[in-house]
Amino acid sequence: MIAELSHYALVLAFVLALVQTFVPVWGAARNDTTLMAVGEPVAFAGLGFVAFAFFGLMALYVGSDFSVANVYENSHSAMALVYKFTAVWGNHEGSMLLWVFVLAIFSALVALFGRHLPDRLRANVLGVEGAIAAAFLLFILATSNPFLRLDPAPAEGRDLNPILQDLGLAIHPPLLYLGYVGFSIAFAFAVAALIEGKIDAAWARWVRPWTLTAWIFLTLGISMGSYWAYYELGWGGFWFWDPVENASVMPWLAGTALLHSAVVMEKRDALKVWTILLAILTFSLSLLGTFLVRSGVLTSVHAFATDPTRGVFILIILVLFIGGSLVLFAVRGAELKQGGIFAPVSREGALVINNLLLTTAAATVLTGTLYPLALEALTADKISVGPPFFNRSLGPLFLLLLALMPFGPLLAWKRGDAYGAAQRLTYAAGAALIVAALVLYSTQGGPLLAMAGLLAGVFAVTGALTELADRVALFREPLAASFARAKGLPRSAWGTSIAHAGIGISLIGVVAETGWSEERIASLKPGENVSIAGFELLYKGIDERTGPNWRAEVGHFDVRVGGVTVATLDPAKRVYLARNQPTTEAGIKTFGLGQLYVSLGDSEAGGAISARIYWKPYVTLIWLGTIVMALGGMLSLSDRRLRVGAPRPAARRAAATPAE
Amino acid sequence: MRGLFLVLAFLLSLTPAFAVQPGEQLADPALEARARALSKNLRCMVCQNESIDESNAPLAKDLRILVRERIQAGDSDAAVREFLVARYGEFVLLEPRLRSRTLLLWGIPLLVLVIGGTALAISLSRRRQTHPKALSTAEKKRLDVLLRTNKKS
Repeated sequence: MIAELSHYALVLAFVLALVQTFVPVWGAARNDTTLMAVGEPVAFAGLGFVAFAFFGLMALYVGSDFSVANVYENSHSAMALVYKFTAVWGNHEGSMLLWVFVLAIFSALVALFGRHLPDRLRANVLGVEGAIAAAFLLFILATSNPFLRLDPAPAEGRDLNPILQDLGLAIHPPLLYLGYVGFSIAFAFAVAALIEGKIDAAWARWVRPWTLTAWIFLTLGISMGSYWAYYELGWGGFWFWDPVENASVMPWLAGTALLHSAVVMEKRDALKVWTILLAILTFSLSLLGTFLVRSGVLTSVHAFATDPTRGVFILIILVLFIGGSLVLFAVRGAELKQGGIFAPVSREGALVINNLLLTTAAATVLTGTLYPLALEALTADKISVGPPFFNRSLGPLFLLLLALMPFGPLLAWKRGDAYGAAQRLTYAAGAALIVAALVLYSTQGGPLLAMAGLLAGVFAVTGALTELADRVALFREPLAASFARAKGLPRSAWGTSIAHAGIGISLIGVVAETGWSEERIASLKPGENVSIAGFELLYKGIDERTGPNWRAEVGHFDVRVGGVTVATLDPAKRVYLARNQPTTEAGIKTFGLGQLYVSLGDSEAGGAISARIYWKPYVTLIWLGTIVMALGGMLSLSDRRLRVGAPRPAARRAAATPAE
Repeated sequence: MRGLFLVLAFLLSLTPAFAVQPGEQLADPALEARARALSKNLRCMVCQNESIDESNAPLAKDLRILVRERIQAGDSDAAVREFLVARYGEFVLLEPRLRSRTLLLWGIPLLVLVIGGTALAISLSRRRQTHPKALSTAEKKRLDVLLRTNKKS
């Protein structure tokens, strides 16, 4: 019954999405406020129906209703309860439903917070959001219905893919989708502006918080995915340049660029056309990512060719939205008036360079991801584009970006003083050089790229701090005065510096992990020792453990420093019974900012077991840095001037109240 | 037939094995380091985007041993790569070599940077040359009035 009702709710949501697509836009075209006002209640109702379907599917999973094909294929009655919740989106159909659910949430949020928007803009934005929702709801209903029944109902499910039976699944996809789909709002605003042929600084003020929100979620989502892969896949890598990862990093790069160009547009009324284009491109890359991941085209071109229904459907959606918006851009973009003039060396100029580098990075990732597919389709020539390509091509771009980053906030709007900025960064650069020299001394060298990366990373952090110190006049005025200035500094200024420091912190982590990790691959018998980076690991033996739906071999290690046991590590190898599929559960212990990482391999003859043991110095900085970035974003978002749905300025409200 | 092979390869890749195993390693640390560096850039062809250094698949194990055999036989890194490409095609290299067919791939970053930069420079310099229009007489009069009233107050 739940399945049928949920299915029906999806159909109703689709119809409502169609209403939301056409009625408000039609109203905007005819300047009819009644028609335009239809958008909001319909957005709320649409959210209601999609939520019903989503939680309906969740109820089916929690109740282990194996008469539903989707539940049968991705669940098991013995699975831990938390995974019965998360398994909802651990499969194609359910994850598309989550996608649409998130979209509906954003639509409703626009309706809720958009009360102060000009009527026509709001109507058009809701219309575009409705169109996206309608397209994807139709996709679900036509090709990926999660509510199909099986007859007769199987007694037991086939279990969720063991790799997904992890808390990571609870966090990573929802965050990622909040990011991906959140960019749809910037897209909708861009298309709405093009429809109206009007765009101003107020538009940027509206788009920025939404873009920032999406960006924060996407940053955290990517970072969580990276940590999940790191501890789950068992060889200690944190980023693989897998096409699926690339699909998430492309919108991130474009979204980061958008965030910065929107600042120029808001403050200086410049870069309008470019900002609109970026808003379109960012969401287009989100859609492209959805296509790449969901069509199966990545697994192989052949897999796509044998069952192209889903792929072709998403491809049509892709062409309609990307093509449509770009055509609209080509036709109407030129009508948007250019504002604010600025010198090449200025805050605007720095943000333009930022945009150029980030766009180049996004284009590089896009090319690297699609090139093998295109080449195979065109010439039947098979090549691989793997991590070495991305590291080599993006490494220099990011180094340049981070090395220039501290200059940006120190330059004035309109016309900046590059020499002055460089002067103010002397201490920051000096500090970075000293740190690099110390590291060089203590590690007896390292790869050249790692050294350059370290320099850029530390400079990004010290540079960001310099900017803050500069603004609060630290050491130039008494501390109390500096403190007062710090309190008065707008939160968005804090946000910028903190986010900039965050990316520097992440880079330091990446450099330390790739440049100075230690590794031992050993075959160990119980009672044997391995030493790594000043730690002694004593292998004590292995025992068996059983979970609800798995059996595991758990190894036990004592970690000792100078003969004293400081920790124990219990890496395991699990076999999930329903699918007879093994997973590794690495044993990880954090010491300071570094981590000791042990992963078990095969049992060998004579009671020995092979193990991979890593010491990864400062590795946690990779993810801590992203959290710092997100915090910076949140601070910026909490700035009164940018707060979602910020009320009108007090003065205007006062003027609106009648005199007493 | 080929499909069957892929299915088999997929199933085999699921049996628990391990990336580089202790027994596979070469005694000479310098040679072993070269083998590791090489394997990190070689693709395990039956896996999804994994190098033979990371992969648990039996094929990856075979390739790891093969790489070490070639190194012990005195091959240079380039010769080992050449040997594998001759056997398995360019697909085995995770870093595509610069050829006519990969020219665009390697060229894109530079191309976007140069074209984007040039377009920017042109549009910015053009915008900077457009001077704001002179005030019309009506506007001038209005400005005068405004300035005068400002002085009075």
